[in-house]
Amino acid sequence: MKVVVCVKQIPDPALPGELDPTTNYLKRDDKLILDESDSYGVEMALQLVESAGGGEVSLVSMAANNEVSGLRTALAMGAEDAVLVSDDALAGSDALGTARVLAAAISRMSPDLVLAGVESSDGYTGTVPEMIAGVLDMPSITFAKQIEVDGNTVKVQRQTEAGYDDVECQTPALVSVTAGVVEPRYPSFKGIMAAKKKPVEELDLAALGVDGSTVGQGGARQETVRVTDAEERQAGEVIEDEGDAHEKIVEFLGELKIV
Amino acid sequence: MSVETILVFGEGDESGPSGLTLELLAAARDLATNVEVFVAGDGAAMATELGSHGASTVYSTGPIDGKLMGVHAAATLKVHLESQAADAIFFGQTPDGRDTAARLAVQLDQPVVTNNVGASVEDGALVVEEPVFGGTQNVFTAFRNDGPALALFRPKSFEAEATGGAAAEVVTVDTVDPGVAGAATVTGRHVEERSGPQLDDAEVVVSGGRGLGQPEAYEMVDELAGLLGAASGASRAIVDAGWVPYAKQVGQTGKVVKPNVYLACGISGATQHLVGMKGSKNIIAINKDPEAPIFGVADLGIVGDVHKVIPALIEALKSR
Repeated sequence: MKVVVCVKQIPDPALPGELDPTTNYLKRDDKLILDESDSYGVEMALQLVESAGGGEVSLVSMAANNEVSGLRTALAMGAEDAVLVSDDALAGSDALGTARVLAAAISRMSPDLVLAGVESSDGYTGTVPEMIAGVLDMPSITFAKQIEVDGNTVKVQRQTEAGYDDVECQTPALVSVTAGVVEPRYPSFKGIMAAKKKPVEELDLAALGVDGSTVGQGGARQETVRVTDAEERQAGEVIEDEGDAHEKIVEFLGELKIV
Repeated sequence: MSVETILVFGEGDESGPSGLTLELLAAARDLATNVEVFVAGDGAAMATELGSHGASTVYSTGPIDGKLMGVHAAATLKVHLESQAADAIFFGQTPDGRDTAARLAVQLDQPVVTNNVGASVEDGALVVEEPVFGGTQNVFTAFRNDGPALALFRPKSFEAEATGGAAAEVVTVDTVDPGVAGAATVTGRHVEERSGPQLDDAEVVVSGGRGLGQPEAYEMVDELAGLLGAASGASRAIVDAGWVPYAKQVGQTGKVVKPNVYLACGISGATQHLVGMKGSKNIIAINKDPEAPIFGVADLGIVGDVHKVIPALIEALKSR
């Protein structure tokens, strides 16, 4: 079984984010890391291949600046190899442009199953996986909390507002994985060393046969007209509990006529 | 381009259209002269309520049974738009809304802008507003495409309001087969039993986070919620850790709540969480760490141990 996992490399979410004042793009100057949301997809893929008794997990990623450090993390977890699409023309790509590029890369890899996180931790549009399936004209199941592959059938528990649905379809298919559904493994020292030698194929748009005008800022056909500071919510009273804080809460609730 | 007709992607169940659908109608009504609804399901059953919220027409496919909705809805919408054009399509940010918008974007070759909380028309173009960096800044994006503007909106971004209009005209739409891409089949549905007030519309919400220390401590949150007639919620950290089900998650990837009172217990206030509860009218926070970001938005902040403050609060409420 061949599983391709879409991974995004993002600025460290622990650091304060910033928009570039001229382009209004998210600043990505510092080292990028593997998006935690995607580590669940990588782990899920590794587990599926292990329980299928064989196969391989490949990664696909897109970045404007040949960044590979996030990919190395996923390779260290156990993925075999990676394809990185990098091209200056990609800057400012929206979800659809991103999906076109990733789909073009994936179609060269002929996977049985494509996995992706439901949404990234920086852009969180939550639409790219379904768009990739759309470009590839492939069935898809989004918001998976559990995945099982049985021969050519993929069976998924799909999260819903009310609970979950059992959904299944034939492979090849794309499944998007919700965060927290598996425990991503920590790369071992051996894994980290091995990852340094694993192949990362770098492709540009020409190599993929993607028309540059359909991606990047031009392809996005949308314009950031302004960025404003949101009205700040004012902090109120902060007190140290000295054994009577609960009384303060009851009083506060009383003023609001909750109690 | 101008915005004359807005099509709302309507969702709901046998009890009627979802609250989010009605919120989108309110937003659409403010911008367009004609507001219509497309329902991939039984739209006829919703016609009265949709009409009273300003919809002129409901396009209804009838039930789409046993299939994942998005890809079928998108294939049908694409053909529908060939005869009934819309300047913009508003979707709620739900699983089916996202699936449908994403598939439709590919089919129409048109951009989608997600995570919006506001909309306006400027120089004839739809402009949508998206909060970034935990809601500290707002990005305004104008559609510059030649074709319908596809926009997804977060719940509770607009106030639903009935205008007293007549029932919407129901037009039945034939579903379009998406082919192999539509192969995903729903073989079972599981509804997690929920009792008491629901997160979406509770007057009071009590939420717990990692600061509770261990899964058993969440029982305190449930008990306190019960005493206050509140819904209980959770931060993503403890949902990811498997302490409580996803249905309780408040935040960017969970529910957006705007209750009268939000009581955060052992929640530090990660951006992901703040986005989902910052709109609450009153916020009370209990946390050990005086530097926790949650205190930046709390009306009443208690620097203390949840394992002391909550039991004392429960006792105080019980003795009243």
